[in-house]
Amino acid sequence: MADHSDAVTRDAQIQWDDPVDRRVPLTLGIKSFNELTEIVCRPVEWQTPKHWWRVFLFALTGLGILVASTAYLFWEGVGVWGLNNPVSWGWAITNFVFWVGIGHAGTLISAILFLFRQKWRTSINRFAEAMTIFAVMCALLFPTIHVGRVWAIYYTLPIPNQMGMWPQFRSPLLWDVFAVSIYGTVSILFWYVGLIPDLATVRDRAKTRIRKIVYGIFALGWRGSTRHWLHYERAYLLLAALATPLVLSVHSVVSFDFATSQLPGWHTTIFPPYFVAGAIYSGFGMVITLMVIARKLFGLERVMTMRHFDNMAKITLLTGSIVGYAYSVEFFTAWYSANPYESFAFVNRALGPYAWAYWIMVTCNVVVPQVFWLKKARQSLVVLFIVSIFVNIGMWFERFVIVVTLHRDFLPSSWDYYSPTIFDVAAFVGSFGLFFTMFCLFVRFLPMVAISEVKAVLPQANPHAAHGEVSEGGH
Amino acid sequence: MAVIFPRWANKVPLYLAVVGALGGAFLVFAVWYWGSPNYTDVGYAPEQPVPFSHRLHAGELAMDCRYCHNTVERAAYAAIPPTETCMNCHKSIAKESKKLAAVRKSYESGRPIAWVRVHLLPDYTYFNHSVHVAAGVGCVSCHGRIDQMNIVRQAKPLSMSWCLSCHRQPDAQLRPRDEVTNMSYDPKQAGYEPAKDPARKRKVDPPIHCSGCHR
Repeated sequence: MADHSDAVTRDAQIQWDDPVDRRVPLTLGIKSFNELTEIVCRPVEWQTPKHWWRVFLFALTGLGILVASTAYLFWEGVGVWGLNNPVSWGWAITNFVFWVGIGHAGTLISAILFLFRQKWRTSINRFAEAMTIFAVMCALLFPTIHVGRVWAIYYTLPIPNQMGMWPQFRSPLLWDVFAVSIYGTVSILFWYVGLIPDLATVRDRAKTRIRKIVYGIFALGWRGSTRHWLHYERAYLLLAALATPLVLSVHSVVSFDFATSQLPGWHTTIFPPYFVAGAIYSGFGMVITLMVIARKLFGLERVMTMRHFDNMAKITLLTGSIVGYAYSVEFFTAWYSANPYESFAFVNRALGPYAWAYWIMVTCNVVVPQVFWLKKARQSLVVLFIVSIFVNIGMWFERFVIVVTLHRDFLPSSWDYYSPTIFDVAAFVGSFGLFFTMFCLFVRFLPMVAISEVKAVLPQANPHAAHGEVSEGGH
Repeated sequence: MAVIFPRWANKVPLYLAVVGALGGAFLVFAVWYWGSPNYTDVGYAPEQPVPFSHRLHAGELAMDCRYCHNTVERAAYAAIPPTETCMNCHKSIAKESKKLAAVRKSYESGRPIAWVRVHLLPDYTYFNHSVHVAAGVGCVSCHGRIDQMNIVRQAKPLSMSWCLSCHRQPDAQLRPRDEVTNMSYDPKQAGYEPAKDPARKRKVDPPIHCSGCHR
């Protein structure tokens, strides 16, 4: 291992000093295509390690909490949650927006950065896209279970029926159904198409018959012929183009849930862009959190390098600052509008009964990420991890602060303080259980780095490679 | 590279696609056809404890519906007549008929005849006969040609979309107030236009919002 970390430092040193682009390479000390395959396939092929089982059982416990609390919810009704007048939306919608938002980083990395030819995305896109899919699953969970009569959820879909009844197309909640289900479908397709060559790699390396068959089925007969690659790359490009507008549209639609209502504090035109920035921000927070752990546990330091973290930290800083700007513009607009209700909503946010939540939000989302102005902070895994946790917490509180705006409506006699019940908490904790259960299965059974894409950006793949030493063993 | 799958496996995705598409289409058809009240409810004609014939009474004898279902203009329910109503006539007509044995028994014992209900709406649906009759919706619109049925059978699906089809465009089903129980009256043939009927004080404007029927 000693010479491996030597190689890492040496490569980093070489590239930092590179007079042309002054950038660290996308991967460190990977001498051949095969070495990359070995690194990435190891977690898929090794004897299931103890630490995986520990995390998996922990996640399964969370999933159990989710199943149990949801079963009780179905049995007893949504009254077990803390929702009531005037706060008729509580944690369920908060969690929904939180999870949908998290997904956005994955789509940004996989689709938008692909169209912009950002080569650094290759090391992290598979991982981030998996996060997107699992986050969308968690997100879809909450609107589904919050309807009360969950067996009638098909009412949200425009299916011809004997009732002669159609969904309310004027309702943004219905737009949500379309936006999020399209988002989920496109994300899964995009992710799966990207997986096919790597699934074939795992299939070809498989030692047991059952692995050969299972991975063989999902690899769809991929042989890696030129024709296959031609079709594959076209399909991938098309799906990237389809997914790109979704990065902007999905969370815009989610913001309409609030923005199209005529409630002071919600009814603002800044909501769509502000939500999108927040979504990408929270998503990158979550990617960093997960990646710091996964790269350590699965020995992917040479594929997911500090350069990736550095880039992600920069995006986090940018989107976090946009979010901070949005917070201040909301106050400015409230004042400038000279609308007493609007002003009240915002002054109440910052100084009212939920001021504690508001200031947690501002601290976590606006203040803490400012450390990313420092390169040292962007290069420190500890700082990255801590800040990303702050971002996750802050972005959950942002949605919470927005939702509980309801606690002081137009009629002071109905003002009330909203508190969640144990079942609200159980559903939220349980959704993390679902998320991590899916993630554990993903890292155990699928290559978590897009092997074929990273190979294409290895120095060996570059016929004009600058560093002879690095490209040794290339073609 | 070793061969994992036999050659026919190449066709599997195609078969799956075809079976999936046809299966999906069949599923939609199955729910649409066999799940619809048009299939499940229309034609329901249970055997009644007394072989009472509407064809004879309402058709050939031309009795008015309201002689027996006398609450229909005032109440939500169109009453099922008590045995006493039958006996008003059958004290003197067909006194010895075997078919009427159950009616006579009921009359003597005071125990009502257990008629089997044919037209049954769900409990969560509020339906009021009197408003429909007052608006000039004919009995025949919802119950069909009862005057031609020996055994009453459900003629219409009574589904929500069927209710709504009239609530959205009621004019085609409206008739003059005094033709409501006339089974053979056809407003279209008669050239009836509700808007030009001087007896109508206002336009019929049935509710199409949820709580119109689900209160």
